[in-house]
Amino acid sequence: MQSEIIKRTVELFNSEEIVRAIGWRKGDFDYDLNPSIFKSSEDLEKNFVYNDFSSANLSKFLIKISQKEDGKTLVFLKSCDTYSFNSLLQEHRISRDKIYIIGVPCEENLDPSKIKAALGEDVLSMSCDGETVTVETLDGTKTISKSEVILDRCLACKSRKHVVYDELFGEEGEVLDSKRFDQVEILENMKPEERYSFWRTELSRCIGCNACRDICPACTCEKCVFDNRDSGVENKVATNDFEENMFHIIRAFHVAGRCTDCGECSRVCPEDIPLHLLNRKFIKDINEFYGNYQAGDDIETLAPLTRFDAVDVEPSIVKTRENVK
Amino acid sequence: MDKDALMPYVGVITEITRETPDVKTFRVLGKDGKKLFIHEPGQCAMLSAPGYGEAMISITSSPTEDYMEFSIKNAGKLTGWLHSVEVGQQVAVRGPYGKSFPVDTDLKGKDLLFIAGGIGLAPLHSVINYCRAKRSDYGKIKIVYGSRSANDLVDYKELQEWANEPSMDVNLTIDRPQEGWDGNVGFVPTYVKELNPELSYTVIICGPPIMIKFTLQGLKELGFKDTQVYTTMEMRMKCGVGKCGRCNIGDKYVCKDGPVFRFDELGELPNEY
Amino acid sequence: MLTLNASQLDEFFALIEKKRELYLPVENKTGKSEYKRWVEGDKYSTALRTVKSAKNFFFAKSENLYDLKMDHKNVEVIDTREDIKEFVIFGVRGCDVKSFDILDNVYLQDPVDTYYKNRRDHGLVISMACSKPATTCFCALFDIDATSPNGDIQAWNVEDKFYFNPLTEKGDAFVEEFKECFTDEDSKPVEKQKEETLNIIERLPFVNLNMEGFGVEDKLKAIFDRPEWEDLSSTCIGCGTCTYVCPTCQCFDIKDFNVGDGSIKRFRCWDSCMYSDFTQMAAANPRLTQTARFRQRFMHKLVYYPIKNEGIYGCVGCGRCLVSCPVQMNIVKVIKAMGDN
Repeated sequence: MQSEIIKRTVELFNSEEIVRAIGWRKGDFDYDLNPSIFKSSEDLEKNFVYNDFSSANLSKFLIKISQKEDGKTLVFLKSCDTYSFNSLLQEHRISRDKIYIIGVPCEENLDPSKIKAALGEDVLSMSCDGETVTVETLDGTKTISKSEVILDRCLACKSRKHVVYDELFGEEGEVLDSKRFDQVEILENMKPEERYSFWRTELSRCIGCNACRDICPACTCEKCVFDNRDSGVENKVATNDFEENMFHIIRAFHVAGRCTDCGECSRVCPEDIPLHLLNRKFIKDINEFYGNYQAGDDIETLAPLTRFDAVDVEPSIVKTRENVK
Repeated sequence: MDKDALMPYVGVITEITRETPDVKTFRVLGKDGKKLFIHEPGQCAMLSAPGYGEAMISITSSPTEDYMEFSIKNAGKLTGWLHSVEVGQQVAVRGPYGKSFPVDTDLKGKDLLFIAGGIGLAPLHSVINYCRAKRSDYGKIKIVYGSRSANDLVDYKELQEWANEPSMDVNLTIDRPQEGWDGNVGFVPTYVKELNPELSYTVIICGPPIMIKFTLQGLKELGFKDTQVYTTMEMRMKCGVGKCGRCNIGDKYVCKDGPVFRFDELGELPNEY
Repeated sequence: MLTLNASQLDEFFALIEKKRELYLPVENKTGKSEYKRWVEGDKYSTALRTVKSAKNFFFAKSENLYDLKMDHKNVEVIDTREDIKEFVIFGVRGCDVKSFDILDNVYLQDPVDTYYKNRRDHGLVISMACSKPATTCFCALFDIDATSPNGDIQAWNVEDKFYFNPLTEKGDAFVEEFKECFTDEDSKPVEKQKEETLNIIERLPFVNLNMEGFGVEDKLKAIFDRPEWEDLSSTCIGCGTCTYVCPTCQCFDIKDFNVGDGSIKRFRCWDSCMYSDFTQMAAANPRLTQTARFRQRFMHKLVYYPIKNEGIYGCVGCGRCLVSCPVQMNIVKVIKAMGDN
């Protein structure tokens, strides 16, 4: 697949359809791909990689790049990334006519830290033939079943369908019945004190690095409230439990109805905090209150929280859930 | 435990003078009426108030005075608060920080040309008055000072005093013509070139970066060398003690290796100032 | 050499805890390891690295400097520093131990930071030699011997035994105080482990990177002006992950926190040169682009810090940024791009 993608992109470079491409750049290992800008076909041929570790969602980088006046930028999007792209488009954060999208097919991505946890930290290379992951280590060759090392967010993949592209590699996929709300239900069914304790345990690990915010394709404010020096809550390390909670809760509110559930927040969290569960809870509630809505599905439908219907849930009516004790 | 360098003294504001619409000079003394600490010309102090944070301010008064003064532009949270307070208000002060101008070494015996723009006069003020107090230690003293308008010239009264002294040559300029102003009109860099100072002068310059840039260009055209020009960059500091990392430029920390730099030293640093 | 059976480890910990506070790496619910105060039942984690470094023990993530009060026109400064209880950090890897030296050069230089020194004086470091380094480890590039780490006491874990060797007076006093815990045994197993581990370290991919040109004054501007900075930083998202997991990043901010009862806490907390407001001043910001901020971080570690500190690099090769950066950019990639590798 990688060589086909490279071949086609080189054609686009040569025909001057595009002036640059944003993709995944070869690292020191197979798994440390750096989202990067390729300015020439030579660079792309030499350094572009599309493999099981091309996890980075490239859509947010387009905000800065699509403002450039000098021609089109090509972007490679996996199915889940296309939802983020649509959302950015809908919010007028990127210009569609400056971007050429190649949809790339996605099986599940692999999680390098799961592989290392299982097989050791002395990994030199990792590859997958579809079923089995083969790992070269300083200690020899080792294998593990792919199913054991799939990236968490891919285990609850919501869609293999590319909702936007100029051309697509591979076959069009489908929206999946992901069971992604199961984990939210577990949390909903907890007693309040259990749930509080769950989140305290998770959020207590937060180091305040802002990676979740800075990677999030829905967090595109030019000046975040947490960067406002006068707000008293700017982007420095949290000084107490309250600030640890507050940052994530406020952020979840700010992306409510806009989060496509791409899972980048949890993927990049150095402390493995399952931040996506906060957002997913909002998605589930919005679905229940306003009917099913998937942010980024298309660019026409107004988001539930940006329109008003007479039948909308009133703020004064608190919906009760029977199974909550 | 020893007092930490980050922990301030409490000072009292004993006098407030309005200099321009947005600059006031504050006289600060210890609660005992004495100076909080001894400083050298060009050094700074960290002023602060509870809840308003800290700001690094250059000490405007000469060490030869028995008080300490700060000319402060209303530009931020703390300075805005300072502009709202009255005499008798206490403030937290720590310092002094940074290297001073080499008044007792390299500058001694030299002709001195002071060039300042706007609030940039504040840090030079201390040096000028120090040299004035020890007048026989220095050669000729020439001052070129410019501001947006006559109303924005900081410390006008003292400028007159300086001008009245036969051994000091004071040259003022404002950006645009103004009623009642019969002095020079024009930007500082142009004025300096017009004045065509002799190469015997050692230059001490402070002001907005753009003014410094163009003045320096002009001085070079006149034949001045980088080794003859000093400036100060106190704005960059945060902790003041060479640790917090804010004022780091190249291998230098402005708060410890500066804020006073000679231009040939700056030339060795990355262009991040 | 002094030894202790792994089965006696918890007893040893309990004994230390009786007299001091004990901190050590323990596995958290994600399976990764982090330093925590030991309580009965906690198991020492032999994981290679903790997610966060050990710098927090001395250079605190956030700490109160002093309290301030304003009553009408009066201002009061209240010293809130307290005597710290003696504490022990157990199981610090060689890279993290070295990071303490790097921080010392900043915080113990004149004027001495009393907050830092207070904790440094009261802390005792028991290091732990590595036996299974990761391919992302490159401490050897900075002349750190992971098989013989520094600290007040160095330690090795060979099979079900722990070996201890005090290196400082403080370390001597500690082993004397706890001498009933130890037996004296032959150190051959340690030597054997060291040899085996050094064999692995030699084969790690980044231990022989070309460092030529870094850390010398006459190359400072040349490296600063290298065109590679732009491409390397083009997708840097400006978060602070690298800074906060880094054992040597040392920048902080000082801020006021209004407690609400009229008293203000003036505290400091970790800051990051990767953040856009790090150098923001009232009227200007000398580093306006992420490229400039990105460059600052690596220039500081590879060029500025060594120039100021007798050639010692501001990186210990712990590999945390290689693991944690959200866009997989890191100091190794920078060294490779700049060092003509």
